[in-house]
Amino acid sequence: MKYFPLLWATLWRKKTRTIFTLLSIVVAFLLFGMLQGVNAAFRQGVSNANVNRLIVTSKISLTEPLPVSQQQRIASVPGVAGVASSTWFGAYYQEPKNFVFATPVEIDDYLHVIPEIKIAPAQVDALKHNRTGLIVGEELMKQYGWKIGQRISLHSTIWVNKYDGRSDWPFDIVGTYDFTGDRSQTLGALFNYAYIDEARTFGAGTVGWWVVSVKDPAQSAQIGAAIDKLFENSQDETKSQSEKEFTQSFMKQLGDINFIVKAILGAVFFTLLFLTGNTMMQSVRERIPELAVLKTLGFTDAQVTALVLAESLLLCLIAAALGLLLADLIFPALKDTIGTVSLPREVLLSGAGVAIVLALATGGLPALRARRLVIVDALAGR
Amino acid sequence: MFKQTLAITAMNLKAIPQRLGTSSVIVIGIAGVVAVLVSVLAMATGFHETVANSGRADRAIVLRGGSEAEINSSISRDNALTILDAAGVRKDAGGKPVGCAELVTIVNLPKISDGNPSNVTLRGSCGQLPVLRPGLKIVEGRMFQPAVREMIAGEGAARQFKGLRVGGHMSLRDSDWTVVGIFTSGGDAHESELIADAETVQSAYRRTGFQSVTALLDAPAAFGRFKDALTTNPTLTVDVKREPEYYAAQSKQLTTMLNFVAYFVGGIMAIGAMFGALNTMYSAVSARAREIATLRAIGFGAGPVMVSVFAESLLLALLGGAIGALLAWLFFNGNAVSTLGANFSQVVFRLTVTPQLIVAGLCLGLFVGLLGGLFPAIRSARMPVVDALRAS
Repeated sequence: MKYFPLLWATLWRKKTRTIFTLLSIVVAFLLFGMLQGVNAAFRQGVSNANVNRLIVTSKISLTEPLPVSQQQRIASVPGVAGVASSTWFGAYYQEPKNFVFATPVEIDDYLHVIPEIKIAPAQVDALKHNRTGLIVGEELMKQYGWKIGQRISLHSTIWVNKYDGRSDWPFDIVGTYDFTGDRSQTLGALFNYAYIDEARTFGAGTVGWWVVSVKDPAQSAQIGAAIDKLFENSQDETKSQSEKEFTQSFMKQLGDINFIVKAILGAVFFTLLFLTGNTMMQSVRERIPELAVLKTLGFTDAQVTALVLAESLLLCLIAAALGLLLADLIFPALKDTIGTVSLPREVLLSGAGVAIVLALATGGLPALRARRLVIVDALAGR
Repeated sequence: MFKQTLAITAMNLKAIPQRLGTSSVIVIGIAGVVAVLVSVLAMATGFHETVANSGRADRAIVLRGGSEAEINSSISRDNALTILDAAGVRKDAGGKPVGCAELVTIVNLPKISDGNPSNVTLRGSCGQLPVLRPGLKIVEGRMFQPAVREMIAGEGAARQFKGLRVGGHMSLRDSDWTVVGIFTSGGDAHESELIADAETVQSAYRRTGFQSVTALLDAPAAFGRFKDALTTNPTLTVDVKREPEYYAAQSKQLTTMLNFVAYFVGGIMAIGAMFGALNTMYSAVSARAREIATLRAIGFGAGPVMVSVFAESLLLALLGGAIGALLAWLFFNGNAVSTLGANFSQVVFRLTVTPQLIVAGLCLGLFVGLLGGLFPAIRSARMPVVDALRAS
């Protein structure tokens, strides 16, 4: 620690150069924070996926409906703890860009299968007693400034109401829900299956997919196979996947986000490595006589090496901290696009790791050079 | 003055090899920025071209009111007939309207690259398909026949998903289908689809209705007549759009997002590269402090010195920009990728590096070089001659 003033002084030996180098590393870590944040937000859906749950869709594709009658048969498969349905409602609020993930459910089944969803018992009752009731996720509530008791209308791009021939479905907001461990899951809304099923012009008696909870996660693959077997060769063959597989496969269909993020970051850090490495080399080259003086005074080779490395480490860590802080401040602005509220912590940790690697990579050569320095030659300017 | 400028600039550039390390910071920094910008923009351009190319001004698509995309829509058999009989629809030699009521369903096929099951559109179309979409050409095999379970596959789909070759089999809903042909359609969105006979798909999927009606009009101008005829008909609740309009809306969201990513990431990277360029040019100026002072002492003006620093920075930036654009073109131009489109199914498109994108990339590179060179150039001109000469 006693060398800190020396370190600090050498770091700021050439102010403009240090500031520019610092700023370009700050920019790189700002990008790192933002891109990894987006990436992590997409992955979060996968890692939050519950191992206790299976998603059962039509074997042909997710968009083919399944008959309600399957519920009892799935429930009778040994090892199944609960079965709930969900259906794509394709809703938006006022304008097509305001997409809302609203899904019709049998609320008791749904809460049994997805216990992470927390709703006040009184509000669950309110939903049961109000045919057009709607339970809204807390983040979604905030997004549009809705209030409990408000009557809103959601436009469905799929379902038409047979009573008025329109696709605008009125709802009464009767409560809100929270989702344990993941706020981004509260951007949806739940309502009564009976409401839509009775009033829609087609598709009555069908659901989009089944959410099945199992008693023992270790058995989930066998249970999934047993469910698929049950409907084999029927008119509605099914495909059971764990929630994780389901989310993963869906994410993959969006295109390889992870790859694109990595490619961009690769380009950024390669550029940066080059830039910082160059600056460090230059700075050491200029200070050769000084380093020789240090060695003359009795600093060992190892100490001089450590000093040069520490300087590069200090520069990278300060810059990384600033960049990640900036990313953390800007990130919430992306909430509407990616649905995650804050920069995941693990991004900050991996950022610190990358900063250390960057410092060692850029400081390595100059440090080696400082170590090999021969006092007489260096002082003579050879 | 001009001669002086030229002389100093030439001298400067000749000295670049001596400062290869620091000079390459500008080149590599800017190459990175431009490569990222151009490749992400190439993705947006490719997607837009594929989707937006899918329409013709004299073709109209009819969907159920408020459904936005074909997959959400539904149109009954009766309504489909009414729509095709409406005013403005072109008639063939036999007096039949040219148009198809089409079914859109999704089948799940594994991707060739990673085996991930992906949604692919299966379109049920009618016998008039070749007249309705003359751009659709069979390149291998033959057209599907009605009443038998045969389908043709788009070339884009065939390249991305397993099992789509002539003679390939596929089982859908307890029925066995054969791929009998591969088609192209000028690189539009239909190339990512499978097409079969509508009635046959209906029977396999136990459906009676359709998702959309696409009709060829007498002329592009007949659209107004056609639309009025449908919207004033009380038995119909439909949205009528010209095809280019419909497809432009479909590509808008993803294109906007990719453009945002390109300029956001590219912009931030450009700022980083600018700091690198500033560093390089400042150190170039300070390394040459004595040289510059000498030149000033023997009568060279401040202007030519300044311009020479500026020119060096711009040239290096241009070189970097060119390398970046070249890299993007070499690695990504023509790469086929796919993503989820508006119909909840995969759209295959190719990354397209257009000359405009290369120009945009070079402009960004030059801009970075301009800013990176500006302040060092000013400093070089302001350096006090006597002090600089004394400096060791």
